[in-house]
Amino acid sequence: MAESTLTAEGSRRAQVPVGSRGRARGLSDRAVLLLFITPTLVLLLAINIFPLIWNIVLSFTNYRANQPGREIKWIGLRNYERLLGSEDIWGYLQVTAHFVCWSIFFQVLIGFSLAWLLNRQFRGHAFWTTVIVLPMMLSPAVVGTFWTYLFQPQSGIFNYIVNFFIDAGDFSMIGDVALAPWTIVIVDTWMWTPFVMLICLAGLRSIPEYIYEAAEVDGASPWRQFWTITVPMVLPFLMLAVLFRAIENFKMFDMVVELTSGGPGSTTELASINLKREAFESWKTGYSAAFATILFVTVFGAANIYVKFLNQVKKR
Amino acid sequence: MFRKATILSAAATLAALVQPAAAQEGELTLCWAAWDPANALQELSKDFTEQTGIEMNFEFVPWTNFADRFLNELNSGGQLCDLMIGDSQWLGGSATYGHYVQLNDFFDERGISMDDFLPATVYAYSTWPKGEPQYWALPAMGDALGWVYRRDWFERPELQEAFAAEYGYDLGVPENWNQLMDIGRFFQGREIDGVTVYGMAIYSERGSEGITMGVTSAMYPWGMQYDNPDQPYDMEGYLNSPEAVEALEFYKELYECCTPPGHSDAYMVANLDAYRSGQVAMQMNWFAFFPGILKDDNVGGDVSGFFVNPSQNVEASVLGGQGISVVSYSDNIDQALEYIEWFAQPDVQQQWWELGGYSCHRAVLEDPSFPDSQPFAGDFLVAMSQVQDFWQEPTYAELLQAMQKRVHDYVVADEGTAQEALDQLLEDWTYTFEDDGKL
Repeated sequence: MAESTLTAEGSRRAQVPVGSRGRARGLSDRAVLLLFITPTLVLLLAINIFPLIWNIVLSFTNYRANQPGREIKWIGLRNYERLLGSEDIWGYLQVTAHFVCWSIFFQVLIGFSLAWLLNRQFRGHAFWTTVIVLPMMLSPAVVGTFWTYLFQPQSGIFNYIVNFFIDAGDFSMIGDVALAPWTIVIVDTWMWTPFVMLICLAGLRSIPEYIYEAAEVDGASPWRQFWTITVPMVLPFLMLAVLFRAIENFKMFDMVVELTSGGPGSTTELASINLKREAFESWKTGYSAAFATILFVTVFGAANIYVKFLNQVKKR
Repeated sequence: MFRKATILSAAATLAALVQPAAAQEGELTLCWAAWDPANALQELSKDFTEQTGIEMNFEFVPWTNFADRFLNELNSGGQLCDLMIGDSQWLGGSATYGHYVQLNDFFDERGISMDDFLPATVYAYSTWPKGEPQYWALPAMGDALGWVYRRDWFERPELQEAFAAEYGYDLGVPENWNQLMDIGRFFQGREIDGVTVYGMAIYSERGSEGITMGVTSAMYPWGMQYDNPDQPYDMEGYLNSPEAVEALEFYKELYECCTPPGHSDAYMVANLDAYRSGQVAMQMNWFAFFPGILKDDNVGGDVSGFFVNPSQNVEASVLGGQGISVVSYSDNIDQALEYIEWFAQPDVQQQWWELGGYSCHRAVLEDPSFPDSQPFAGDFLVAMSQVQDFWQEPTYAELLQAMQKRVHDYVVADEGTAQEALDQLLEDWTYTFEDDGKL
C-alpha cells in the first residue's frame, strides 16, 4: 500500500510542469530570469554604463589624471565651449569625415564589384575568394607598419610601380600634405574591401535564381535585371556593411598611427588620434572627456538615424 | 656510490649556506629606454649584483613609447619600476606629484656630493624647482644633440674642389648654420659611387618629441628664450622673438632643401638608418648613439666624424640625457638607494663611460685623458657646457604636445608662417600656464 502511494506521488511529481516545480521550490520564473540576466546586467553597468556616465561627469570638470593632488573644479560647459570654438577640432573632424567617406565609397565600389564577379562562380573562384580576404585577417598595426615600407620613396614598391607608368620622381605618399590623406584611404580600402565584399557576396547569393529566370522570361535586359533585382535585394546587406565600416573607421587609430602618426602636420590626425593625445599625452582629462562625449553623441545619433533608414529599406 | 652521493649532497648544502645573500637580498627593476646605453648599463649592473646580491631586472621600452609607457606607470602609482631613468623634463611633474623620492637626506647621509657632478647636469637632471638644491635624481646619462658627418666624403679631393668652387670656402665641419645648409645643398641629390645621396637627416617626427628637439637645435643658437629671465612665464617677445621666427624659418628651409624624400616623420632611429645606409652626408642625433656609430660596419671607424651643434648668434646645444631616480611607490626603496650609492662611485662612473654610457661625474669628465678617449669625447664636453633644455614644468607633456603640433604643421605640412606658428604656440602655452595657476 505504502509502495503504491509513493509511486502515485512520484508519478504526480513527474506530471508537474517545469515552471510549477520551480515555484514549488521557491523560485518564480521571474526570479530565474533575473538570476540569469543579473550578472550580465551588472557587468554591463560596470564596464559600459558607469564609465560612460563618469566620462560625462568628468567632462564638466578641470580634472587631470596625472595631477593627483589638484583640486577638481566644476567648470560647467567650458570644455565644450573650448572644443566647439577650436578650429583645430573642426580640422580633425574634417580629416575624419574625409577618411570615413572616401574609404567607404571605395570599399563599397570595389567590394561590390568583386562580389559580383565572384558570384559568377568561375573556375577557381573559391581560391580567389580566400586570397582576396587575406588582408582583413591581418592586424591593423602590422598593416600600417608594412605599408610605410611599401610607400618608402627610395625603396618602396609603390613608388616603383607608379614610376613604371609615369615619371613621378621621388615623391612621398606619406610625407606629402596632399597625398597623405589619400594614403590612409588607400590602405584602409586595401584592408577592408574584402569585408564589404563578403557581405555583398552573402547578399547576392541570397537572391533566388527564379527571380532572374522570371525577369528573363519577361524580356528584361541584364542591365535592367541588375538595377531592379540585384541592387535592391543586396541593398540591405550593403547598408549593413556601410554601418559596420563607418563605425570602425570613425574610431580608427592603430593603422593610421603606424602609417603616418597623424602627419604630415595634422593632415591625417583623425579625431581618435587627437583624443588619445589630449587624454594620455597632454593629460587634459576633463577636456578629452568632453571631446569623447561629443564623438559618442555624434556616432550614436548618426548610427540610430541610419538604422531606422536601414529598417525602412528592409521593409520595402 | 651512496658515500659519493652523500658527500655531493653535503657539499651542495654547504655551498648554499655560504653563498652571498644573493637570493635573500631581493631584486630591483630598472626602467629606461631601449637603446645602446641601456645595454651598457645592464652589463655594468652585473657588478652591483655581484657586490650586493641584489638581482637586477630591466624594463626597456623603445623611445617612441618611452614617455607614454612610463609616465602612465608613474601617474598610476605603478610598482613595476623601482628605479627610473626618466627624461629631464619629467622632473617637475614627478617631484610635484610625489612620483620620485627626494634624495637630499640620503645624499647627506651617504656623503654623495652633487659638487662631484657637472653643474649643468645637476641643474638639468636633478633639481626641482630648477636650480634649487632639492635633488630628485642622480645625474646618470649625460647627453646632448650633436652631428655626425661622412668624413670620407668630406675628404674626397674632387668633392672638396667642387664645393670650394661653388661656395668659395673649404668643405669641412660647419661653423654656423648657414654653412651647414650650404653643405646640405651641396650633397643633396649628388651622385657618389653611383648612388644618389642627400644632404642631411634632421628630426621631423610628430608623435613624441622629435621635431621639437630638431627646431630648438636651431632656435637656441639663434638666441631664442622661452620666457623673460626676470619674469618667469612672460613669453611674449621671447618665444616669438624675431630670432626665434628666423630660426624656425631656417629649419623649414633646411627640411625642404636638404633632407631625403619622405623624411617627414623622422627621429633618432630614422636618422640613424638614413645615415648608416649611406643615404645622407650628415645627421643630427644624440651623442648617446655615437659609440654605436663608431663601431658600425658601414660607417664606423674613420668613415665618420662628429661635431657640436653649430652656433649662429650664440653657442647652444639641445640637452638630452637623464637622471636616475627612486620611484616612491616601490617596495624596495632601500635597495634602490643602495644602487644609486653604488652608481655614484667614481670607479663605477669610469667603467660606465668605458662601456658606452655618458658619465656626468667630474672625476671622469675632468680627467686630462678624457677628451682623447673617444673621437667625440671633446665635442661632448663642449656640448654639455652650452646645453639648454625644454620646459621641465609639471605640465611639460601638454607644452610639448602643443609645440609638436605647431612646428610640425609649419615645417612639414607647410601651414601658415613661422610667426603664426609661434604666436599660436604662445597662446597654447599661455592657456596651459593659466590653467596650472602659473599665470
